[in-house]
Amino acid sequence: MRKIHADVVVIGGGSTGAGVVRDLAMRGYSAVLVDRADLAQGTSGRFHGLLHSGGRYVVSDPVSATECAQENAIVTAIHADAVERTGGLFVCPPGDDPAFGDTFLDDAERAKVPCQEIAVAEALRREPRLNRRISRAIEVEDGAVDGWTLVWGAARSAMQHGATILPYHHVDAIEVSNGQVVGARCTALKPGERVDIDCGFAINAAGPWAGRIAELAGCHGVEVVSGRGVMVAMAHRLVNTVVNRLAYPADGDILVPVHTVCVIGTTDTLADDPDRLPITPAEVRQLLDSGETLVPGLRQARALHAWSGARPLVKDSRVAGDDTRHMSREMSVIDHAQRDGLSGFVTVVGGKLTTYRLMAKKAVDVMCAQLGHNRPCLTDQEAVPGARQGHNYQVTQRLAEREHDRLQDQIVCECELASRGQLTRLWADNPLATLDDARRQLRLGMGPCQGGFCAARAAGIACQTKVADAERATAMLRLFLKNRWIGSWPVLHGEQLRQMALDAWILQGAHDIEHVAPTGEVPGELRPCDGSEDVFDADGKAEEVAK
Amino acid sequence: MNWPPKPSRKGSPNARTPADAAPRAADARPSAAGGRPAAKRLRATPPTTAQSGSDKAGLAFAGHELARASLDACVKCTICETQCPVMAVTPLFSGPKYAGPQGERFRHGESVDGSLDYCSSCGTCTLVCPQGVKIAELNAQARAVMKSGHMPLRDRLVSQTVLMGKVMTPLAGLANGALANPLARLALEKAVGVHRDAPLPTAQPQSFAQWWKQRGGSKPGPQGRIVFFHGCAGGYFEVETSKRAVEVLERVGYEVVVPKQGCCGLAQQSNGLFDQAAKSVLKLCDALLSTGRTPGSAKGLTIVSASGSCTGMLKREAREILGVTDDRLADVSVRVRDIMEFLLDLHEAGRLPLDFQPLEMTVPYHAPCQLKGQGMGMPALEVLRLIPGLTVVESGRACCGMAGTYGLKKEKHAIAQAVGKPLFDMVRATNPDLALCDTETCRWQLAKSSGVRTEHPIYLVHKAYGLD
Repeated sequence: MRKIHADVVVIGGGSTGAGVVRDLAMRGYSAVLVDRADLAQGTSGRFHGLLHSGGRYVVSDPVSATECAQENAIVTAIHADAVERTGGLFVCPPGDDPAFGDTFLDDAERAKVPCQEIAVAEALRREPRLNRRISRAIEVEDGAVDGWTLVWGAARSAMQHGATILPYHHVDAIEVSNGQVVGARCTALKPGERVDIDCGFAINAAGPWAGRIAELAGCHGVEVVSGRGVMVAMAHRLVNTVVNRLAYPADGDILVPVHTVCVIGTTDTLADDPDRLPITPAEVRQLLDSGETLVPGLRQARALHAWSGARPLVKDSRVAGDDTRHMSREMSVIDHAQRDGLSGFVTVVGGKLTTYRLMAKKAVDVMCAQLGHNRPCLTDQEAVPGARQGHNYQVTQRLAEREHDRLQDQIVCECELASRGQLTRLWADNPLATLDDARRQLRLGMGPCQGGFCAARAAGIACQTKVADAERATAMLRLFLKNRWIGSWPVLHGEQLRQMALDAWILQGAHDIEHVAPTGEVPGELRPCDGSEDVFDADGKAEEVAK
Repeated sequence: MNWPPKPSRKGSPNARTPADAAPRAADARPSAAGGRPAAKRLRATPPTTAQSGSDKAGLAFAGHELARASLDACVKCTICETQCPVMAVTPLFSGPKYAGPQGERFRHGESVDGSLDYCSSCGTCTLVCPQGVKIAELNAQARAVMKSGHMPLRDRLVSQTVLMGKVMTPLAGLANGALANPLARLALEKAVGVHRDAPLPTAQPQSFAQWWKQRGGSKPGPQGRIVFFHGCAGGYFEVETSKRAVEVLERVGYEVVVPKQGCCGLAQQSNGLFDQAAKSVLKLCDALLSTGRTPGSAKGLTIVSASGSCTGMLKREAREILGVTDDRLADVSVRVRDIMEFLLDLHEAGRLPLDFQPLEMTVPYHAPCQLKGQGMGMPALEVLRLIPGLTVVESGRACCGMAGTYGLKKEKHAIAQAVGKPLFDMVRATNPDLALCDTETCRWQLAKSSGVRTEHPIYLVHKAYGLD
């Protein structure tokens, strides 16, 4: 058993938790962040990659819109390595009411969301694949953001300021004594070990799981509803600007160019359990059909991967209990000293990835108020490690890097141009990183072949560099492929079907991957803990299809 | 709009795809913006695709439409890389899959991967791709973006094929003497980057056009009229080949029509000068659509050429690489035939005279990369097999290394020689006195590097018809 002492424990390693631990560390608190899985493995890694300009919410949710506009500028500056300044367009496709654009422009002005109407010809010049029949186009400051890079950037910044980051640490209990939080009892999963954290404060940033964490502290009735959103990545960038439908937010009305792909999103339906987020064929079809309205031909273009994420929404008495689309995206900070009489506990939930920093600030402000401290927030003042303000991510970056080292280094993942050097440096920092952990940081296996070629290479390198023995490398490889296939099944048609057939011949035919020892139990951290495995039955069919 | 267009498959290089109907970016239409003032300013204009600079204006096509859409068909099988002749001899080129469908996903109107210039544009990758990815075309487009704004003088010069011909023909003796002088070649290498050992064309005392004018055209023939497209090399340097081609066409019963004509723009295209190349090819189409006597009277006639790579430009490259969708090109592209392809068509139709004199010899034949890229097999091999006594051995090699103008360049010459070496050895071993090859620069490369006289296949057809 290990024992750790800290001022504050932060539960949840998504964008909010990483923002909170960074904020705490910059205000001079000793802080520990724990997450049951990898950083940004939940909601923060399962979205469409849009850094909101606020435009999407100017009509439906003006408070969120204003916050998005303000935070967009800050996040673009302090997370330059995670944010690509793509710009965005709101376009009015044929059949939609062009007059909505006037409401949009008026509300945007009121919400202080920068925007400007541009000529349709100019929009079509910038994005030749846009529907030629659009009647209006409004330019906004949308961007594309990599959730993993953003969360790791905030976490590394927190570490620089003295915080401890503990992924793969499951919280088993929150210790309470005399109406005051005194610690958290955790289980480390890499390797299996009990870890007790003594602290005077706990901040619950567990997103869709925040209700469960609050229960652990004896605070009942924190109702966080999961709004399940499905997204589909197309194999290359069909547009280089974020394209939004100029209408009240609906399904399949955003197309985001992020890294080398573009993502069409999203649906929004109530999920009973954030660990069970199925993707139905009907939803995939609906997204592709909606995307067709923005970019004709999208339905026939190559779809790469589908995933679903759970938006943590605070239950809103103003709308029907299952209408997650129209619940507010506003953030909530719950002071449990006031609500439940429990000192040293704050829950922060709701909001958007774009406003993660503001949410963290508000949560830590509440904590400071509870403790009677006066320490100002500094998180908008400095860039995170690895980010240089004004030098934002560009899609050409990887190609430029490989151009530089192509004669010295080997390319492991050809689709996403991840090199052997990148992989071995990652393992030098964290020898326990699985191939999925590597995927989230290096985009290993996220391109068109979905790991068909690089996964076995990476597992081989793990063995060769003694990061893993053959047994562990095999287990990592199998888990990695299984997780990739989960997102491949729902879009298995057209060009991608051809690819997956080739992958299957290589991996199942040539490597006989399903029968290579070990075939039994794998270590704890090598089990998927996002629950997505439950969505498919033994034949790999989605439950909804079987029904 | 149907998008993505399906890549055309082997054997139908002229197939039209829906991309032809794709919109042009310049298509302007009034916005519904009304009189609303653009009061709110943005922080900065978001970066958009490269659009500035005169060279870039013509590149709106690059990075969009046909070739880019085809990248989705790539399944990473690596077959292109196993066949790439450049990758086999140097690590400097990262390979067609890397530079093509992989690299293209990372490009956004900007060029960050100069190494793709090591691609020789031989097109072997596109030819062998079982999924129909336009790999070489993607590379050609990315190269044009890369070189826009800083085009080397050398690349502008070597693309000026007509100018070279016009200057060198009247001064043939002088020009050939100068180009044979090692000191002059060293100076040329230093000054413009054309390698001192690279083969350069031999100037002729008389151009094809001068000969044709002097000769006075051809008589009406039983098979009808046909248009001859000699190209710039065939007009100024490979004049003998052009003459033989015309004489063979007459021998098999055609009245040959030769309109005044210029360059197809292939050298400009392969050097990334897309705007100029597009202008050249359309100007050529205009020329080929008129006989020079009665404008428009060449309508519907078959156009035959002995310049193997120029036919490829007209058949598909101008459309697939430059994005030229003009009706004139569409008309010409389906009527143009390589001369050996044409003779084979005639033979298959039972209209080729087979009264060949026997030629007792064995000759090596190399089908150039740009000919193979036309997806028509190797018609020369089949036509030459009709000549009694003649044994033709196919080289089995993808490329001679020259690939148009690639092998001329100082920094590429050694690679080009390494690519061609197995071919040079094969040629020498098969027949030290004569080799056959369909395109001009490849013949110059083969002749110079193997020391074996190299002729167009029409040379032996001409001989077998007793036309010498």
